[in-house]
Amino acid sequence: MIDFAQRQVHNQRCSAALVGCFIVVFLIIGGAADYLYLDGFTPAGAPFPIATVFALGLATFTTLTAYYGGSGLILGSLGAEKLDIQIPEHRELRNIVTEMALASGSAMPQVYVIYDPAPNALATGTNEKNAAICVTTGLLTLLDREETQGVVAHEMSHIRNEDILLMTLVSILLGGIAILADFGQRGIYSARTGRRLGQKSPLIFLPLILLIALSPLIGRLLAMAVSRQREYLADAGAAQYTRNPGGLARALEKIRDAGIPFQKASRGTAHLFFTNPLRRRLDDSESGLANLLSTHPPIDRRIALLYEMAGLAKPAVRSLTA
Amino acid sequence: MIFVIWGIVFVVGIWIISTYNNLTALRLRVQNAWHQINVQLKRRYDLIPNLVETVKGYMQFEQDTLQKVIDARSKAMVSTGVKQAAEAQGALNESLGKVFALMENYPDLKSNKNVLDLQEELATTENQIAFARQYYNDLVTQYNTKRQVFPGNVIAGFFKFQPSEFFSAPEAEMALPKVNLSLQR
Repeated sequence: MIDFAQRQVHNQRCSAALVGCFIVVFLIIGGAADYLYLDGFTPAGAPFPIATVFALGLATFTTLTAYYGGSGLILGSLGAEKLDIQIPEHRELRNIVTEMALASGSAMPQVYVIYDPAPNALATGTNEKNAAICVTTGLLTLLDREETQGVVAHEMSHIRNEDILLMTLVSILLGGIAILADFGQRGIYSARTGRRLGQKSPLIFLPLILLIALSPLIGRLLAMAVSRQREYLADAGAAQYTRNPGGLARALEKIRDAGIPFQKASRGTAHLFFTNPLRRRLDDSESGLANLLSTHPPIDRRIALLYEMAGLAKPAVRSLTA
Repeated sequence: MIFVIWGIVFVVGIWIISTYNNLTALRLRVQNAWHQINVQLKRRYDLIPNLVETVKGYMQFEQDTLQKVIDARSKAMVSTGVKQAAEAQGALNESLGKVFALMENYPDLKSNKNVLDLQEELATTENQIAFARQYYNDLVTQYNTKRQVFPGNVIAGFFKFQPSEFFSAPEAEMALPKVNLSLQR
């Protein structure tokens, strides 16, 4: 049995660290802007580090937005809609989510669907009480009841472990870092800045430039560092809730064989999904680099682990032409 | 020296309090999970008369079986205690299983929309009961383990924490034929 309380504490710490890093990065970039462009922190410059304060305000605003409105923004950007209880399949989905909420002993999350043929699912929110599970209609048509149950249990496990808190924050804060990095890059390449750079010691601002240049990569690394282990844990949690690892394994097989990429997902939201919506080659690799740079574990490995849990032999390896 | 003694007393005190609180919290969660099972059972009690009413007209020759469901339902509703409740639930499950099996013989029933809806509702209720029990048993395992392993057992023994009972599935329920009610794909 996975100790979810321990996972929750871990995720809360990670989230706090993430927010801390995020604000520090903003402060450094703001400070750099003050130093390089506005001659701040010198008697000749502005009396007030305006860029730093602005950056701090922006960081705080983004964090608050991510925390209180993150799941709404994510669901909105993906075009998620409320369930239509008149449709039998939606009713079945609602029932399955109720079952899994009971199995995991958590509150009933909100349920959404995305009208899209790509089979996928995600969970978002900041805690158990405002969590949401979202499933594509493609998943509902592709999978039978048992398999859908496995997928929902996987998402429920993300909610129970409070992975959703960290994932949601990463999604929104990642967007913020990317925006700021764009501004920073434009500043460095302009001629006006080049003249100013010459007047100051290169040793001081070199790390700052590096930081500005690397910040999108830092964001990517963050998203990657948090995801792979979590997916394995959520699969294990799903097996615990359903007592049926085979259902989830078959769901993964069907989704893998369907191979429909999910168009509405972006790099900022890819890590939230049940299987990688962007379908990158890197995901199939188990090397150390892939472990570091990929948001999702190799789907074949997930399937094999689930079959192992079920006490069944490894399924035949899929042929490359499939 | 005196500080060391006070330090030890302080640490032990903190440990006693936290162990006691952990056990109490877990015991409350076990009770809450038990309550959850009852909520789901109540839902099933409410659904059964609907089902019987709907299928009555079609199943002219199965009045006995339907009556058995009604009887088992009333018996289960008044049962108390973990063990007795489990047995009464088992009998109800068995009679319901028979109705589902008999329904296979009535093609009209299987195409009736109301019946299909009710079947999905009952199927999910069955699942919900099963999962609520499973969660209850998980918690009981956790609680009983904490109660029995050292050093928690010292606190549990001193404050008289009673062990919780498992909700075990009776024989009849285990033999229940599996009914596949999933939607046609």
